[in-house]
Amino acid sequence: MLSKIVRSVANQLIVFILIFGLYVIAHGHLTPGGGFQGGAVVVSGVVMLMVAFSSKELKKSLRERVLSIMESTGALVFIALAFAGIGTAFFYNLLVGTPIFGHIPPTGSNPGDFWTGGVVPLMNLAVGLKVIAGLSAVVLAMALFSSGEEVDE
Amino acid sequence: MENIPLNFPFLAAALLAAISFYIVIFKRNLIKLIMGIAIMASAVNLFLVALGYRAGGNAPIYTDVPEGSMVLPVPQALTLTSIVINVAVLALMLTMVIQIYRHTGSLDSEKSRKLKG
Amino acid sequence: MAALITQSPILIIAIPLLAAFLTPLVGMASKKARNALVIGSLVFVAFLVFALARDVVINGIHVYTLGAASPAQAIPTGFIVPVRIILEVDGMSAFFGIIWAVVSLAAAIYSLSHIAGESGQNRFYTLLLLMVTGGFGMMFTGDLFNLFVFLEIASISGGALIAYRTRYADTQEGGFKYIVVSAIAGLMVLFATGILYAQYNSLNIAYLAQTIQYTRLDQIALALLLIAFAMKTGMVPLHLWFPDAYSVAPASITGMLVITSHACMYAAFRVCFTLYGRVIDAPVVGWILIVFGLLTMFVGVTMAVYQKDVMRFMSYHAISQLGYMWLGVGVGLAVLGNPALVGVGGWGREAMSGGIFHILNHAMYKPLLFFTGGALFHYTGTRDLTKMGGLAHKMKWTTVLYIIGTLSISGIPPLNGFSSKILIYESVYQFNPIFTIVGIIVSILTLASFTKAFHSAFMGAELPEYRGGREVPKSMIIAMGILAAGIVFITLFPSLIVDSTIHPAADALIDPNPYISAVIGVAP
Repeated sequence: MLSKIVRSVANQLIVFILIFGLYVIAHGHLTPGGGFQGGAVVVSGVVMLMVAFSSKELKKSLRERVLSIMESTGALVFIALAFAGIGTAFFYNLLVGTPIFGHIPPTGSNPGDFWTGGVVPLMNLAVGLKVIAGLSAVVLAMALFSSGEEVDE
Repeated sequence: MENIPLNFPFLAAALLAAISFYIVIFKRNLIKLIMGIAIMASAVNLFLVALGYRAGGNAPIYTDVPEGSMVLPVPQALTLTSIVINVAVLALMLTMVIQIYRHTGSLDSEKSRKLKG
Repeated sequence: MAALITQSPILIIAIPLLAAFLTPLVGMASKKARNALVIGSLVFVAFLVFALARDVVINGIHVYTLGAASPAQAIPTGFIVPVRIILEVDGMSAFFGIIWAVVSLAAAIYSLSHIAGESGQNRFYTLLLLMVTGGFGMMFTGDLFNLFVFLEIASISGGALIAYRTRYADTQEGGFKYIVVSAIAGLMVLFATGILYAQYNSLNIAYLAQTIQYTRLDQIALALLLIAFAMKTGMVPLHLWFPDAYSVAPASITGMLVITSHACMYAAFRVCFTLYGRVIDAPVVGWILIVFGLLTMFVGVTMAVYQKDVMRFMSYHAISQLGYMWLGVGVGLAVLGNPALVGVGGWGREAMSGGIFHILNHAMYKPLLFFTGGALFHYTGTRDLTKMGGLAHKMKWTTVLYIIGTLSISGIPPLNGFSSKILIYESVYQFNPIFTIVGIIVSILTLASFTKAFHSAFMGAELPEYRGGREVPKSMIIAMGILAAGIVFITLFPSLIVDSTIHPAADALIDPNPYISAVIGVAP
């Protein structure tokens, strides 16, 4: 565990990192970004917390069972959205034209309408959730291994 | 070979690939071997992004894009997928090296070998 | 039913993926439900694969376009090139799909008791189902980049599963070597894909097969692809990682690794015969495959003769049997330009059929032998043949199944190994008699080394330390029984198997035009 200055700055900064990561995930269909990229930004915030507080402290907040459930849920939402269009074809974008994310964008340069894209922004959110849970578990497990602790299951 | 110009990105990718092959074949420290694989991944990713470049092109995104042509978007998608896969592979390799170090106490690939013949 | 068959290429890939991510949630609730989910999904997928294979042989190639308005339409309206991700199932893909479905079901049933005492079993079954997804994806895809992605999925899951038992040090070393080789092979495939995309602006295999010319860059891409897939299948001289990875894995995973190397052979055949089918310099590449196939056969069996570790011994035999397949298909490729020899009844076609038939037989008896080795490890706690002895007294079923496997791998009539080896011997003899002689010598050495291992492990008086045990658990016997039933079925009906599955697969490789026209339309 590092000094009090580092810990309080980390506590303040994690909010901004989290918001920026979620912004990158949510706007994946308009600007560079998407599920994996935004998830990696959030996990870098988690790593910052792991350095400021020790990994033993973080293990009490990020329990392994919760991370596992989050990870499986993200993947299941992704596959369920892919299966939803199976009446026509797998991965068929069935939300185009409907009110949920269904606007059709104009061709050429445009200022970017958030409610376009169909199934794609929802899949971005599912993948972002999975990446956050998965990479946090990986980083936490490696930090605990290296400091000599036993990781159960 | 006739119509590929000698551009710097392709030369850099070839140089990185050559360095990484030297590291993987000749170095004995396991962590250096993992870094060699990471450099090889960077070489392939650089090659993929560089082959999509068109002179004077903009980023292939329609939000507020200025006038003009765009670079190719497909190699950028291939590179993203490759980066994700290499993250998983590197995480797995590092975990195995941690376990090897725990069991044998050495990171030298000659000293920590148990399977021979 | 017809709608199910139309959707089956994607269902076969997506159902194991769905089951893989349901497994941790279900496993937290109840172990029996998780086991039922794993076995149930694999049984359903096996049923779908058999239905799809039967439909492909009767009705022709199946094409499935992801995300399109109608799945069978490969080129969207208003376009002239295929732009979406396409799954394409022809005779060769269906054949490999059958192998993959049967062996992965046997491996899953075997794992129910083989890993029963370990921790983290939810993760084991998730990774096993992900490996199954990766294999099916590699076989059914019609797209070069999808091939790379599914190859990496199968490799990463396989590497993690090899290192599953973390309390031993040698499992970690074997897994590490496997992952390093797979990463390098995957990066080489990606590099070759980049080269081909830069020239022809498409990733679709059928479209590339139509427009490819044999420029210097294409030759570099072909060399990279073949070297990458040869690294993954354990061709000599790139075989040094193979015994290390196969000997330390849990026995069911070793069975899955055997068919993963077959899947990489499928990818090599797809590249040689379909992607470069119209322009390849067939005699040169064919001779390279033949030379390395002979080298692989010989080096594999001579290294196997003096091994003491039972799983390592069997993995060297796996290397040498893979050489037979490269030899058969290499001879077929070398005479590809001669239409009389590769038409119906020609010996070029029979050589390729022999090689492909040998893939089927190898996928039946090799995992069976690895499962018996795993049963020996489960019973005695060691893999060292010098410490075992007299096990036939207590392990009666395992002994019988080991004998069936040994007679199969050595090519003793009437078992299935003999049927494929005689096809290879007779047709390769017409190409060059020396190859047949090398093959027969390798068979004799195989029989000798397996007999030695049999005496060492099973025969003799019962050793005092093994006196108290019973036969291995039922699920392991059932899994081995499924594979033995497959062997007996192929033994009894070889002509039926060859006519219904092997000859369509060989014909699908020899002629790339149906593959191309199923996507592009009538080929010009």
